[in-house]
Amino acid sequence: MTLGEGIAALAFVALAIVSIAVAANAYTPEYAFHAWLFALASAAGVFTIVNRYYDRPTELPPLTIDGKPNYNMGPVKFATVAAVVWGIAGFAVGLWAALELAFPVLNFDLPWLSFGRIRPLHTSAVIFAFGGNVLLATSFYVVQRTCRARLAGDIAPWFVVLGYNFFIVIAGTGYVLGITQSKEYAEPEWYADLWLTVVWVAYFLVFLGTIMRRSEPHIYVANWFYLAFILTIAMLHLGNNAAIPVSLYSPKSYIVWSGVQDAMVQWWYGHNAVGFFLTAGFLAIMYYFIPKRADRPIYSYRLSIIHFWSLIFLYIWAGPHHLHYTALPDWAQTLGMTFSIMLWMPSWGGMINGIMTLSGAWDKLRTDPVLRMLVVSVAFYGMATFEGPLMSVKAVNSLSHYTDWTVGHVHSGALGWVGYVSFGAIYCLVPWLWNRERLYSLKLVNWHFWISTIGIVLYISAMWVSGILQGLMWRAYTKLGFLEYSFIETVEAMHPFYVIRALGGALFLAGALIMVWNLWRTVNPGTARETAAAPVLAPAE
Amino acid sequence: MSLWKRHTIFETNSIILVIGVLVVIAIGGLVEIAPLFYLKTTIEKVEGVRPYTPLELAGRNIYVREGCYNCHSQMIRTLRDEVERYGHYSLAAESMYDRPFQWGSKRTGPDLARVGGKYSDDWHRDHLAAPKSVVPGTVMPSYPWLARTELDVSHIADDLKVQAALGVPYTAEMIAKAQSDALTQGSADAPDAAELARRYPKAQSRDYDGNPGRLSEADALIAYLQVLGQMVDFKLYNDKANIR
Repeated sequence: MTLGEGIAALAFVALAIVSIAVAANAYTPEYAFHAWLFALASAAGVFTIVNRYYDRPTELPPLTIDGKPNYNMGPVKFATVAAVVWGIAGFAVGLWAALELAFPVLNFDLPWLSFGRIRPLHTSAVIFAFGGNVLLATSFYVVQRTCRARLAGDIAPWFVVLGYNFFIVIAGTGYVLGITQSKEYAEPEWYADLWLTVVWVAYFLVFLGTIMRRSEPHIYVANWFYLAFILTIAMLHLGNNAAIPVSLYSPKSYIVWSGVQDAMVQWWYGHNAVGFFLTAGFLAIMYYFIPKRADRPIYSYRLSIIHFWSLIFLYIWAGPHHLHYTALPDWAQTLGMTFSIMLWMPSWGGMINGIMTLSGAWDKLRTDPVLRMLVVSVAFYGMATFEGPLMSVKAVNSLSHYTDWTVGHVHSGALGWVGYVSFGAIYCLVPWLWNRERLYSLKLVNWHFWISTIGIVLYISAMWVSGILQGLMWRAYTKLGFLEYSFIETVEAMHPFYVIRALGGALFLAGALIMVWNLWRTVNPGTARETAAAPVLAPAE
Repeated sequence: MSLWKRHTIFETNSIILVIGVLVVIAIGGLVEIAPLFYLKTTIEKVEGVRPYTPLELAGRNIYVREGCYNCHSQMIRTLRDEVERYGHYSLAAESMYDRPFQWGSKRTGPDLARVGGKYSDDWHRDHLAAPKSVVPGTVMPSYPWLARTELDVSHIADDLKVQAALGVPYTAEMIAKAQSDALTQGSADAPDAAELARRYPKAQSRDYDGNPGRLSEADALIAYLQVLGQMVDFKLYNDKANIR
């Protein structure tokens, strides 16, 4: 048995014992349920490690076979499948939440279906479950290929992907059961946060360890972005979740920061969850998958150097633009706004670098819908990163803040940028990982692209209209100088846009379901494989 | 050697790259966050802000549990229409004991920073059980389970103890009496009501949920909602006093 296997098995035994003790003394049944989940998962961990030990050959898998790196793609496959499954779940829950706002009867008077619990379930499912698994899968794939080295660690990569997904289960079931610390995008309570910390340290070590055993002299630019994402998320996670639990037997904790400082720490975290989880990590995907798919080198290596350092330096400052005109001191608000506007430049520098990579290969946009998805994602990135600095201007923010405009802005980034670049990467990865010649059907990718594009356009335009409309109604005055609208009138005016938004979300989900079918048939071709029609000559433009 | 060549050191040495990233990402947060803990202008000096009573704190925890912050802000901005709609703009001091803060980021429903005293307990009870019964056009979910569920205050002293350790001025007496204080505040004509009001100035003891038989989660949540924005008396507040 290797040292890693031994230590892991012992740690899981200890965790199982602690979990059972907690379950027996837990203050609430919901927490006891979570403790049992921890106990079961630990027991399964011990069993799997021991069982695997007896099944595997005495020698660990070789690092190279015939001089070629012996890549470890098992964890990558798992995270890819998890991303697709969680993606569908997260989009579906988002659609449900959208429908609840349009038709509140859908809350069904049930605690675990009410909007306040479903909304964090949606955000965490799409950001951390879908996005997180895409990042795990692609980072473990890209770091191996670009370093020409096998993933570091034997069971460590598996611990990372399985442990991360266990965190997702704890977080998600916690929300519907009412376990939350109410910090947006950091809702999981202290014990889930501790678990994630352990998993994240392992993730960092596996990633760094793989870079260290690289057989290429240079670290490829995608890996810089992955590394910055992993390090920054670790820093943000520790800072924003610094809390003291009420008791070992209680799921409840109190955060060490309070009031205005807590607000600042939260949006330092919150904005950089966007900046590093949803941007830096996915830019790494852009830097690997677009050149690969287009079969062209990155447009400018120097631009990528400037892009990298300026992006990670400036992003961290942008948090206070979530707190304009609040009780946060003015100097901090002004800093947040200033740096948010400066951030426009590296964001567009990155966009240009991504899109211009197609120089000499523009024709592929017409023939390859996967590449089109990847490139359109970068276009959406450019749009969202122009809108963001605009909304961070205090005068604009006074209108947009607290309204649906923010929701629309987030979704043009989330659906258009993160969603499409992820779909593009998954469409590339699945045939590569399962050794298929090609996707089951490019026509279906085309359908996915167009259906979800219509969905995104409906979603964000509905939110622009409702957000600006509501913002204007809140500040409308009558000729006599009284506020013109009561609050509830502004709520009632939102209804048609909430219906349109839900329709947009439904189309996006429908597109993703087409992707699932396409991927399923790619992995399991069966007999009814789309017969390759005789290539039709495309007319010249 | 050109600058581009010098960059090779980051591209060929993973530890130097890690250190470089750590330095670059640390700066913004340090500059923006650290001064908030020592600049005296960050939080105004204000009369009246006190820690939450045990019942209010329990109510606040229910507010957090149900995710009310997803639709309601507790932060009135310094804009004319907000001040006219909701009241005096929020002061940093008013949320100084809030762990975590509940300023929110979205107003699907109205701001609640000063909702205390705006509606009657009965209104809140009906509104929580079935919002449409008092506001026909609302999209708020119903929370009928709050009035049905008994409030668990058996561990509330632990909550106060942790908050005290973090710097909230809960005294040993407040912690010792936490559980009975919660029961006192949730019932009408409780003999210890004056005692409670001595420990927590202006704390109101009454039967909030209209069900005198028991202390429900609705009692706690309504007690919390009714204290929001009520601690500072803005007739006496002098905003010039804090200009330094």
